[in-house]
Amino acid sequence: MGKSYPTIAFYPDRCDGCNQCVEACAEFHSGTRNPAHSRIKVSQDGEEGAFFLALCRQCGEPRCVPSCPAGALKKDIDTGVVSLDESKCVSCQLCTLACPYGGITYNPITHQVMKCDFCDGDPVCVKACPRGALELKTGSDIYNGWGDLEDLFVPGISACQGCNSELLIRHTLRRIGPNTVVATPPGCIPGVGAVGFNGVTATKTPIFHPLLTNTAAMLAGIRRYYNRIGRDVTMLAFAGDGGTADVGFQSLSGAAERGEQMIYICVDNEGYMNTGVQRSSTTPYGAWTSTTPVGTVLRGKSRDAKPMALLMVMHNCEYVATACMTFMEDYYAKLEKAVEAAKRGMAYIHVFSPCPTGWRFPPSKLIEVGRKAVETNMVPLWEYEAEARCIDFTHPVEDPLPVKAYLSLIGKYNHLDEEQVAHIQRKTDERIETLKKFTREGDVKPIQDAA
Amino acid sequence: MSHSNYLIIGSSHAALSALEAIRIQDTEGSITLVTQEDTLPYSPTILPYVISGQIDPEQIFLRDAEALDRHRVTFKKGARVVAVDPANHSVSMDSGETLKYEKMLLATGAEPTLPPIPGVKDASCHVLRTLGDAVRLQSIAQKAKSAIILGAGLIGMHAAENLAKAGVQIAIVEALPRVLPGYFDEQAAGLVQQVFTEHGIKILTGSTVTHVTASNGTCTVSLESGGELSGDLLLVATGVRARMDYLAGSGIDIGEGIVVDDTMRTSSRDIWAAGDVAEARSFFGGKKRVNANLPNAVEQGRIAGMDMVGDSALKPFTGGIARNAYHFFGHRAFSVGLVGRAESAGGIEVDQVFLPSSVQYQKMVFEDDRLVAVSGVNTMLDPGIMYELVRQRVDLSEVKARFAAGPLQMGRILMSKIWG
Repeated sequence: MGKSYPTIAFYPDRCDGCNQCVEACAEFHSGTRNPAHSRIKVSQDGEEGAFFLALCRQCGEPRCVPSCPAGALKKDIDTGVVSLDESKCVSCQLCTLACPYGGITYNPITHQVMKCDFCDGDPVCVKACPRGALELKTGSDIYNGWGDLEDLFVPGISACQGCNSELLIRHTLRRIGPNTVVATPPGCIPGVGAVGFNGVTATKTPIFHPLLTNTAAMLAGIRRYYNRIGRDVTMLAFAGDGGTADVGFQSLSGAAERGEQMIYICVDNEGYMNTGVQRSSTTPYGAWTSTTPVGTVLRGKSRDAKPMALLMVMHNCEYVATACMTFMEDYYAKLEKAVEAAKRGMAYIHVFSPCPTGWRFPPSKLIEVGRKAVETNMVPLWEYEAEARCIDFTHPVEDPLPVKAYLSLIGKYNHLDEEQVAHIQRKTDERIETLKKFTREGDVKPIQDAA
Repeated sequence: MSHSNYLIIGSSHAALSALEAIRIQDTEGSITLVTQEDTLPYSPTILPYVISGQIDPEQIFLRDAEALDRHRVTFKKGARVVAVDPANHSVSMDSGETLKYEKMLLATGAEPTLPPIPGVKDASCHVLRTLGDAVRLQSIAQKAKSAIILGAGLIGMHAAENLAKAGVQIAIVEALPRVLPGYFDEQAAGLVQQVFTEHGIKILTGSTVTHVTASNGTCTVSLESGGELSGDLLLVATGVRARMDYLAGSGIDIGEGIVVDDTMRTSSRDIWAAGDVAEARSFFGGKKRVNANLPNAVEQGRIAGMDMVGDSALKPFTGGIARNAYHFFGHRAFSVGLVGRAESAGGIEVDQVFLPSSVQYQKMVFEDDRLVAVSGVNTMLDPGIMYELVRQRVDLSEVKARFAAGPLQMGRILMSKIWG
């Protein structure tokens, strides 16, 4: 099993720049409160007023450690701390040149470099902060916190190995909780037994199986009934891309326009997977499916995918987001917002859902496929909040990998020629440019119903 | 005959970074690490500190035997490669042994060159590249009263400071008009020189040596200007070259170093090269050249290792940028980019603060609102953040005034916003 190391998390909105963390750090390490001795540095952007932190990240693969010619820096495999052995350090400063975070700095009083050593596991800066802007966390804390929530999805369902949907349903229900009615139209999710087999259902919440055409309409009706009798119950749809972007689109569009209160999750595995891998309107350009075959003339799908999430932004939804289960923290944060937004109107989440069976990649690569999709910008992660009237990238990719890094992982793209890859690269770049126009810095704001 | 999945020639920064990168992905494949040194892996950068006795030569190793065992590495020391046969995937060693490999990294670094000055070869001059050199110099330094150093690059300057700390009277002769010409401009180099002079070290810049004579343990250096210098010890630190003599006849492309692409592949299949021996793309201008510095070796080694093992997270080399950090007599300097040369081009803005009385200097060079070079003496900047701003070509047009007014704070803010 992998180890999980602690880290100091910084919440800039809670910081008021009081510098008590800096003084506590200096005092612990030098006996004086002179900030020159502090390993933690707080900067304020004079114009925007916001606070920023420079502090050692105790990186998993630190750049400072291999850059030390004296062997004075080490990643401790037990504690995760990148430690500095001052008796070996010759003050050559090469570590300060290697670290991109300002995490190891020169102390002009001691003429030595210094870095955060976690104060023997109990950082004084965290304790000194009066506003909770610093927290000591471990990665497993975050996951274990979710693990403590009740699992409302039974084990033993008949999903394919490596199925993204099981992961998605389990985590979504954990967060949204039992006070929920789930609708799941024809597709893989009812297909694996979610809506029931042998007289029992796979969820510990009410769940039903609408038609492909009327998921959003049925949930709208149920919610309106609960509103009438004064009960606050969450309406949740798990619908495939076919049930969302193709067959179910008119009822979804209508429900969104009317502002019906629900969380609608589109589980986009880019085709009709449970009926034998047929193309849908979200199947990407170039992808092989059984109805966009690869032969001497046809080379996979010849049209680009429908930008479903962006279409929903244009529907006056309260909240719209894209998500990928590789980025679980991002997904949980979006669920939080969706739960609140669904009290006011429609929250739509478009989940990228790689399918090992239909896309032809090994089940063990599910998480990696998601990571590459995001890192190549094939699947940008963003959210739209009605109040802000703009799109925010939640995991901006500064230096995207070429799309080939993603395409080469997946069998349905095996046949692509250079021209097709170039097309996908161009469309990916264009899509990012379009999305940027809707961001805070961009020049387009989605229309908003004045009423 | 020994056969390895991965054969790494060399054992310093590039080699060890590659080794780590390979082991992250492949815990099983056999790795052989070969060094011509008789010791565990160490860094040539540490050697000047051995001369002064600041650090014990037993304490300098980058990996102990246990760490190499943990990585399941076959470590061959005292073994020098004499020939490479790419067609047979094999190398010949000086012992006559042949090593077979599936993939090989050449990280053989650089070796000192002697300048073509009459008498240098006959005088018992010293160089500083190996631990053996350093230990010899340390023992001589205990007896020597005076030393002459040819070359005021990083090795010469580091050696001068450490010999001085060991009690030796030093004179440095440099042919170019300033010290550390590869990294610093005139003002910064002037400050360094000033500090050295204050510590009793004599520096003659712009001075050419005509010949060297040696008799009775004393070296005499004659200068073109007519003067003469004498010392008990002569250290030559005028330059290094890539160590690649073993590639003769291999057919592998070489220039100043072994020519590599952006994933450190040489012209020969299944052979990579990294570090001071590699000639890779420059960040500015794109021309291939040897960029012999430690952070570069670490980065190239990691890229080579990732490519050798097929790590899908590999990001190709973005090009070498001259960079260094330098600590001398309690002062601190660093440079990123070509601080001296950048000014000659058009569209350039320079922002500098020069306070010679307090030994402080800071210079930032912008091109099209992007930072292209920065250097400082005794300034509180984060060199690693400055390097990233240059490498990522961060557009500073919105924040340039604030950046120029407070580059430390603004650098940290940009780091948090962009990559932190």
